[in-house]
Amino acid sequence: MKNIKPFRLVAGLGVALGLGLLASAPAQAQATLDAVKKRGKVLCGVSPVAAGFSFADDKGVRRGFDQDVCRAVSAAVFGDPDKVESVPLSTNVRFQGLQSGEVDLLSRQTTWTFSRDNSLGLDFGPIVFYDGQGIMVPAKLNVKSAGELGSAVVCVLPGTTTQQNLEDYFRPRNIKYEAVVFENSDEWRNAYFTGRCDAITTDRSDLASVRAVAPNPKDHVILPETISKEPLAPVVRQNDANWRDIVTWSFFAMVAAEELKITRANVDTFLTSKDPEVQRLLGVSGDLGKMLGLDAKWAYNVIKGVGNYAEMFDRNVGPDTPIGLTRGPNKLWTEGGLLYSPPFR
Amino acid sequence: MSQTELMATAPPPRPGFFQRSVQPLFGTPLNAVITIVCLWLFWIVAKAAWGWAVTRAVAEGGGAICRAGSGICLPFLAAKARFMIFGVYPYDEHWRPALAMLVFFVAIGVSMIPRFWGRWLLAVWAFALVAGMVLIAGGAFGLRPIPTTQWSGLPLSFILTAVGLALGFPLGVVLALARASKLPAIRVIAVFFIEVIRGVPLISILFMATVMLPLFMPTGVTVDKLLRAQVAIIIFAGAYIAEAVRGGLQAIPRGQYEAAASLGLHYWQAMRLIVLPPALKIVIPPLVNISIGFFQDTTLVTIIGLLDFLSTVRTAMLDPEWVGAAVLEGYLFAATIYLVFSYGMGAYSRYLERRLRTGFD
Repeated sequence: MKNIKPFRLVAGLGVALGLGLLASAPAQAQATLDAVKKRGKVLCGVSPVAAGFSFADDKGVRRGFDQDVCRAVSAAVFGDPDKVESVPLSTNVRFQGLQSGEVDLLSRQTTWTFSRDNSLGLDFGPIVFYDGQGIMVPAKLNVKSAGELGSAVVCVLPGTTTQQNLEDYFRPRNIKYEAVVFENSDEWRNAYFTGRCDAITTDRSDLASVRAVAPNPKDHVILPETISKEPLAPVVRQNDANWRDIVTWSFFAMVAAEELKITRANVDTFLTSKDPEVQRLLGVSGDLGKMLGLDAKWAYNVIKGVGNYAEMFDRNVGPDTPIGLTRGPNKLWTEGGLLYSPPFR
Repeated sequence: MSQTELMATAPPPRPGFFQRSVQPLFGTPLNAVITIVCLWLFWIVAKAAWGWAVTRAVAEGGGAICRAGSGICLPFLAAKARFMIFGVYPYDEHWRPALAMLVFFVAIGVSMIPRFWGRWLLAVWAFALVAGMVLIAGGAFGLRPIPTTQWSGLPLSFILTAVGLALGFPLGVVLALARASKLPAIRVIAVFFIEVIRGVPLISILFMATVMLPLFMPTGVTVDKLLRAQVAIIIFAGAYIAEAVRGGLQAIPRGQYEAAASLGLHYWQAMRLIVLPPALKIVIPPLVNISIGFFQDTTLVTIIGLLDFLSTVRTAMLDPEWVGAAVLEGYLFAATIYLVFSYGMGAYSRYLERRLRTGFD
């Protein structure tokens, strides 16, 4: 230590001082829950804007499906769904935002893929929305399947995977097509409506909302093929199993609630239910909450604050909203869909 | 002055109405055709604009009615105006950024009047910036603290521009002086800094600050995203302002430097008292030009997830209720606001140019 150079000493002090001045977010492994509790709110990375999933209402309050996934976590941790601070993250910076500790949880229509899961130091939570890329064409073209789209001009957005999926689907089938890329979703939509393209492609959930705003929605058909799987899931940092469990089971609580027919409105009547699974879920008996490091009524708070899955879906993207999605694969497994919550026991 | 001289300098007789307006427009057959075609085009555009904005205007209803109609969607503007301006800042606290902007405009207004130019303007600006920041950030005087993730809309655009230019300006002056320095080391560092920053697009610096910087930080340490973007803008503005100021420095004749030296002034005195005042006056037009540019360039922060004014407008247009119903209305609203402020800055710049016609010509 005697040979310490003055320059290094000064540099070291400078760095230490600099770091001291920076806002520090303790994002150590295993400590996310403690950090969240200490801070008093969940930092949630969301899309700046995605109709139905993350958008701001007239008063600037963020709403949407992705927002509700975060609100469920907040309700589980704090008993209050509104202790969420949304941090808008663009597609390009979303994973860094999570890695650097800027957010505790990323809930922004992120597709769960092998390479993302295994190369980014991140973990994916449960699939909250089963999406897939689809193709929409004007009904007057009389196209019945994607196979008939020879030499079509297709309008695409410069997504991370949209164009790649199109290529992956058409090339092995030897179908020629021309992709026209639009940076802005308004131009992209209008180009299709004005006939600049023969077809338009994006995730099926988005296609439905494009059709919903068409001058005459009946003039457009979404082709039956789903050309890619897009399972959307929340993302957390790796190495914090407890936090990942909280995110995972906050969501499963909503699925289980739908399965058990518990809603926001009737959850209180279920507190006296004789069904042992309901009792465990709502914290009337057992100690599931303690295993997560949360309050015994954590799942009750999720259901009371955000509702069950059906309520969350219908409120944000369901048939009565301008997005107008049907449940499709996002139905419960008992109704022919893919939603399946592991048992609460 | 004699009578004949007066006669000689009298202006030629003023042309009549016919000569001034009709003759240039319809003087030759070609001119007449061009004029008629232009009038016809103007008529078509004006008729379409009038129909859109007045006769076919949708006065009430929701997104569905606006989509069905073909005129301006007034309910969209009514419902979303506050959101477009203040973004996701808490609704009940909108008065705070509004008041902060007012303070800011008053400070600008005062600084625009030459009679008030003086040292105390610095104090006015220090007060305006601190008061504005306290109002928007909160945490003092019983104001609720508002995290920077909720700062958005027009106030955010103003903050990024104002702080970027206010701090970029001293940085730019120092860089310009360093670049003109006689000491090679200082000159090389300044040239390197300026050329590297000017050689890359603002977007890449923003990405660097947002994506790369956090990866160099120890785990768990984060710097506020707005702060990172702001520092990037300050550095970028500094490099551009430095080049403008350098132009001013080069316009000062050698004799001025030599006169300062012969008075026995040392370097900083010479710069502060003799060289910089006229040099900075010369570069006011390019500086205003840079200011207008930066006001518009702040929209680039949208790619790193900050909600500046243009992004809040686009967010408003993508509300499921209004999506596809008010595209033109939203962009026109944004364009109008940008035009008002940019034109204001430009007009002021022309006024200053006339007023400060100092120069060494």
